[in-house]
Amino acid sequence: MTDLLQTQDLTVRFGGHVAVDAVTCAFRAGELTAIVGPNGAGKTTYFNLISGQIPASSGTVRLMGEPIDRLSASERCRRGLGRAFQLTSLFPGLSVLENVRLAIQAHRPVRGSLFSMATSHEALTTEATSVLERVRLDNVRDQPVSELSHGNQRKLEVAMLIALDPKVYMFDEPTAGMSADEAPVVLDLIAELKADTDRTILLVEHKMDVIRTLADRIIVLHNGELVADGDPAEVMASDVVQEAYMGKGLSDV
Amino acid sequence: MLMRLISGDRPRSRILTLVLLAIFLGLLFAPFLFPGVRALETAARISIFILLAASYDLLLGYTGVVSFAHTMFFGMGAYGVGLASQHMGRGFGPLILGSLAAAVLAAALAFIIALFSLRVRAIFFAMITLAVASAVAVLVSQLSSITGGEDGFTFQIPRALGPANRMGEVMGVNITGKILNYYVVFFISLALFFVLLRIVNSPFGTVLKAIRENDFRAEAIGYRVVRYRTIATCISAAMAALAGSLFALWLRYVGPETTLSFEIMLDLLLMVVIGGMGTIWGAAIGATVMVLAQTYLQDLMGSAADATMAIPMLSRLLDPDRWLLWLGVLFILSVYFFPSGIVGRLRGGR
Repeated sequence: MTDLLQTQDLTVRFGGHVAVDAVTCAFRAGELTAIVGPNGAGKTTYFNLISGQIPASSGTVRLMGEPIDRLSASERCRRGLGRAFQLTSLFPGLSVLENVRLAIQAHRPVRGSLFSMATSHEALTTEATSVLERVRLDNVRDQPVSELSHGNQRKLEVAMLIALDPKVYMFDEPTAGMSADEAPVVLDLIAELKADTDRTILLVEHKMDVIRTLADRIIVLHNGELVADGDPAEVMASDVVQEAYMGKGLSDV
Repeated sequence: MLMRLISGDRPRSRILTLVLLAIFLGLLFAPFLFPGVRALETAARISIFILLAASYDLLLGYTGVVSFAHTMFFGMGAYGVGLASQHMGRGFGPLILGSLAAAVLAAALAFIIALFSLRVRAIFFAMITLAVASAVAVLVSQLSSITGGEDGFTFQIPRALGPANRMGEVMGVNITGKILNYYVVFFISLALFFVLLRIVNSPFGTVLKAIRENDFRAEAIGYRVVRYRTIATCISAAMAALAGSLFALWLRYVGPETTLSFEIMLDLLLMVVIGGMGTIWGAAIGATVMVLAQTYLQDLMGSAADATMAIPMLSRLLDPDRWLLWLGVLFILSVYFFPSGIVGRLRGGR
């Protein structure tokens, strides 16, 4: 298996506070890595450093062997780094379909971008619709996003990432705030994505049952440091993880 | 066919459709429906300002970029045609060359401004455009040997478009070159308006809307936001320049007062806001309302003042000299009652 994504001594400081502290880690193709840790451990910040939302203070991020530290977030995305956000970040005034179409169009430029009608690109619409079917949003595809329920907005957030068709999927608590009957749709989908062995999936998640069923590997962040890395069962049982969660067993969280 | 022409962007409201149709037909048959020099003058002005407001809406409403340099580009088009006609002699060649050169130059200048300022915050772009526009306005009034200074200059247009060219009578109206000129202005404005409508409904336009809604996410899914904003700025500038060329062609005169003044910039802002930002159609309505108000509000108030002679306070308030006051009141009321513009209001009561 090859390393799709590597971070080496990745560090960011905000004033005197070190939010991510020299994290060195590699993510292999065909693997789903869960990133766990208490609130404020630096999980989302670690994601932001990888996807380029904030610049690193030091250290390197490599995508398929190439350093991408100097690239903008949009360039990183075009190279195959896809990211979904913990706080839903969509285009509220546009329709559900338009949101997904935009994500597809971003990595597959259309002909006559300036003078053709957006709706005339049927291949784009078909593909967007099939992505929406996968998250069961095809029935609301013409609604403006601002009118969607919270759960559906979360699903659309996931759909946008899938529509990007990236090499590296980064999910940040994809099922947060979803109802019990909505979450499985997203989780099944992530399981499906796992079957594709040229990709790697990074998943920030709190729910232990989710991690147990999906993760091939767990890394634990605590105060910005990587404190454990390995097989899910082993990592969860280790002392350092119990410690990180302030004496509470991970399985109770 | 019609749907393709308007790029599938339906007005989406019956009243709106009727209003737009009335504006379109009114302008199309203006020389026959409203005889008289003043009416034709107003109709031409409406046609041009619809295009100008639509091009400004591409920037303000679709890209969320605030620019104060739009009249500068408008002026560039006007001076382009004026100077070309003055130095190359009257003819269609100088007209076409002048407007195209000005449009290219406007796009190039917009590109430079965008390059320097769009990377930073939007407010910075607004400040830069304000500074550049003021500088250009001063420059134009100072370089009087070239531009005619504050007075501007008149120039000659092809005889075919002048009032002396008489071509007979249709439906009791003398068809002169002036009317031909009107139709040149009208149809070019209309065509460019449809081009703008197509651009905002294209894949490119959808990206602009996405950037306006959430530039952070647009960047995160792989769009070079600055590049899109820059292209939109350039297109908008070129369109404004073409509108300026038409205006100069119509007036056979260019001067800072008619093309570069800050008042026009404010009018433009009002047109887009009153009509409804981010809806190209709104520009058509906003421009029509504004130009009509500017032209006929004084008349209307004059007759209203006469009618209320008996009531002392009211007739003083309705004095035609106070028309700007009432225009201001109308503007405040319209923003208060239609925050999303007339089009936004008609489309969904939002």
